[in-house]
Amino acid sequence: MHRCTRRSFVKGGGLALVAMGAAPRFVVRTALAQSRAARSKVLVVIFQRGAVDGLSMLVPHGDGDYYGARGNIAIARPGAGAEGAIDLDGFFGLHPSLSGLKPLWDERRLAAVHAIGSPDTTRSHFDAQDYMESGTPGVKSTEDGWLARGLAAEPAPQASPFRAVALGPALPRVLRGDVGAVAMTSLAEFDVREVAALAGGLNARQGFESLYEQGVRDLLHGTGRETFDAVKMLKAAAPQRIQPANGAVYPRGRFGESVRQIAQLIRADVGLEVAFADVGGWDTHAAQGNERGQLATRLKEFGDGLAALDRDLGDRMGDVMVLTMSEFGRTVRENGNRGTDHGHGTAMFVVGGGAKGGKVYGRWPGLAREQLHEGRDLAVTTDFRSLFAEVAVRHLGTPADPLFPGFKPSGYPGVLS
Amino acid sequence: MLVAAGLSGAAAPSGSLKLPASPLSEDERVLHALNRLGYGPRPADVARVRQMGVAVYLEQQLHPEGLSGNAVRAALADYPVLDASTAQLVRDYPQPTQEMRRQIATGDLTRRDLRERMPLGQRPPAITAQLQAAAVTRAVLSDAQLEEALAAFWFNHFNVFSQKGAVRWMVPAYEREAIRPHVLGKFRDLVLATARHPAMLFYLDNWMSTRADLIMPRGQNSSASAIPRPAGRAMGLNENYARELMELHTLGVDGGYTQQDVSEVARCFTGWTIDRPREGGPYLFRARAHDAGSKRVLGQTIPAGGGERDGERVIDILVRHPSTAHFISTKLARHFVSDDPPAALVSRMAATFRSTDGDIRAVMTTLVTSPEFWSREAYRAKIKTPFEVVVSAVRALDGRLEVTRGRAGGGLPAGGGLALAREVGKLGQPLYEAQPPTGYPDRAESWVNTGALLGRMNFALSLAHNRLRGAQVDLVGVIGTVDRTQPSQVLDAVLSAVLHGAATPQTRTVLAAQLESPEITRTTGDDRVASDTDVEKLAALVLGSPEFQRR
Repeated sequence: MHRCTRRSFVKGGGLALVAMGAAPRFVVRTALAQSRAARSKVLVVIFQRGAVDGLSMLVPHGDGDYYGARGNIAIARPGAGAEGAIDLDGFFGLHPSLSGLKPLWDERRLAAVHAIGSPDTTRSHFDAQDYMESGTPGVKSTEDGWLARGLAAEPAPQASPFRAVALGPALPRVLRGDVGAVAMTSLAEFDVREVAALAGGLNARQGFESLYEQGVRDLLHGTGRETFDAVKMLKAAAPQRIQPANGAVYPRGRFGESVRQIAQLIRADVGLEVAFADVGGWDTHAAQGNERGQLATRLKEFGDGLAALDRDLGDRMGDVMVLTMSEFGRTVRENGNRGTDHGHGTAMFVVGGGAKGGKVYGRWPGLAREQLHEGRDLAVTTDFRSLFAEVAVRHLGTPADPLFPGFKPSGYPGVLS
Repeated sequence: MLVAAGLSGAAAPSGSLKLPASPLSEDERVLHALNRLGYGPRPADVARVRQMGVAVYLEQQLHPEGLSGNAVRAALADYPVLDASTAQLVRDYPQPTQEMRRQIATGDLTRRDLRERMPLGQRPPAITAQLQAAAVTRAVLSDAQLEEALAAFWFNHFNVFSQKGAVRWMVPAYEREAIRPHVLGKFRDLVLATARHPAMLFYLDNWMSTRADLIMPRGQNSSASAIPRPAGRAMGLNENYARELMELHTLGVDGGYTQQDVSEVARCFTGWTIDRPREGGPYLFRARAHDAGSKRVLGQTIPAGGGERDGERVIDILVRHPSTAHFISTKLARHFVSDDPPAALVSRMAATFRSTDGDIRAVMTTLVTSPEFWSREAYRAKIKTPFEVVVSAVRALDGRLEVTRGRAGGGLPAGGGLALAREVGKLGQPLYEAQPPTGYPDRAESWVNTGALLGRMNFALSLAHNRLRGAQVDLVGVIGTVDRTQPSQVLDAVLSAVLHGAATPQTRTVLAAQLESPEITRTTGDDRVASDTDVEKLAALVLGSPEFQRR
């Protein structure tokens, strides 16, 4: 397989580096022209870090054992006033804080998979997140992420520097690898600042650029070169000036800010193919709350953020798919502190024009004690890799092989039309 | 005389450290010690350490008593939270009341009104702000550099998140009482001190964990509870602390424990709680909440009826477990030697750990006297974290920290260390605000990415141009008597002051080329001097260069 991507070019050294000499500016120009001509598919990945309680997010209100296990923190059945679960199909319901997503369900653009998770049973946040991002449960030595592998294997001779973007201060594991993904906290601040009061109009950016342009093959210099490619392209496209469309209102806070900027990048046509954002606060060991409370507040921000993204992008959602994930679920039974401890299976959402929505996928394993994983957790009936593979292969068009080495899905969940 | 000195060598404060042969030059060794075991040299440090000798310097750093001088003490006087008890902080830095928050939500009270009634400087965020400022101030000023580096390392290892509930009032005491006294002491003391500290008990929920069948009687702890707790409510086990104690604090995730061990350890720690957590009360063992039955942890039986000693037994089992010696040695070597430390070094450190019953000073001595530490591969191999970048840049430019008091803050110390701490936060490492119990990562990939590099360049520009309030750098002092009308001499002075000979020839060439651009010189307004080298720009470029990102 030919895998000489831009990043391996930059970091591969030898002749490739000599050939790189004047390339970046050319790449930027053509990518801009290219992406405007033929818009490619976009995947937005949202990681709920801290293990979201899938049983509160996507409530199995039709399963009597659910109410038996949760005396204080269960979400009431639909019809229990305005505060109960929002019924979806007579068995599952959305947490009332996710009311913003209900119209998407009705329009069949929201699908869900329940009892999904990892074949590895670790209850360590750190390991489980790592596995979900590396795509190799149980194998710690994997260096890159599954999304990076998928993109790197896709031939993209004129890839944009904004092909893969993570919103946040650090590049997440899932995008580490051979694609030169960009990490940023703010579109507006993604540049070298000019120190205005200085006489002579000094251009510090140029100075830094030449420092990082030297042909040393290491992480710092490679990243530096990617940085300046990206800065130039962003200057030309100016996505930060794009206002939310269709009356979309993003929730306040870091998550709302992240998805708003993802929408700006998509609408600015900078050649984005994969965007990543994470949202924390799901590790509800105590005082989790039910229809109201700690978890309800987090879910409101989460649901409103996704709904705003969908509204803002309007027709573009036909090319965009959102995939949400969390490292594992939480114990079925509430603990001694009206919270839940680390569990196993959880729920994930897929949103977008290409989704076969209006359905909760996956086999429901039940919540009776003998049906639980190790007698305490929601069992996993769908391997997360089969959902992720379906989305990457059928939506983004990446090859299947490099995504999850050693994994052959028996079939996709079927969430894409 | 020689014989006498040899005999008393073990107790002697200096000269007893034997450093191995090293491929590094003497100057490189000096720089390596300053960069790797601390936050990089201030202008006079290189000559000072060269003169006293690296071995003597290391000996001092491993016995830092009295090293942190009056200047540090004076600077820290600006941050009263450092010495305050948690109870005092709860009184002095209250949250807005429920009623005020309700009025804000309904619009009856504006945020401005609230600020007038309760100035920001007298609310809980001011506690964290002072801690952040103090952390930068200490790292910049203290001569006990290794002690500072270890305080940051151990806080990160036993991380608590200052924004979780009552933890916000507990962090100053946590760092002061549970972390700092033990940074070069016994590992067991660190684990026990953190296990019993209200900050850790609250952060990892152990204070609420009880035997499974406990029914809380009316009135018990009700006013102090984080959650509404009706009388007669059932309590139970919470596994959060037990799991992280094994995964993150001692054995490591592959240390050989099971889910069963997690539950059993959680049972052992039931009853380890806080007396009135919302009022800043101390650790308390509540026998009624303790699971008195026998437990089995990592194959060892803990007999019934042990009470409070159950938790101590668990800690003994864990700190003496070979996985702990290996895990702690790996983390120390990763921090001080390289991202993927040599296995041979880690196992020698682990052997020291085991033979000294977890003596951190002894383990660090094994580290700094190892050939691996002084190897060419380890030299400048670590990428600086944001905190290390900011502190080392201020030190390199001989920065002065000046606290200013803005009226808006209502007495909140501003500027100085706080301005720099805000920069650390912008670069992705807000101090005391790492949410997950893992703390911040310690590998290059986590800190090197496009956005972060831009942030570092922008910080370099701000600092070199003195745009950070209360953090004044002295570029005139740095370049000394060099003639500013001679750009290449200025360049050499800046490179030598900031990078101490570590600049690659390419960097020297690139910067020299910059000197030829008209932008590097500027009119001074003084007719007698036609132009003047832009020292600020040069310093910013050097601080933002690839070389300065390494330590």
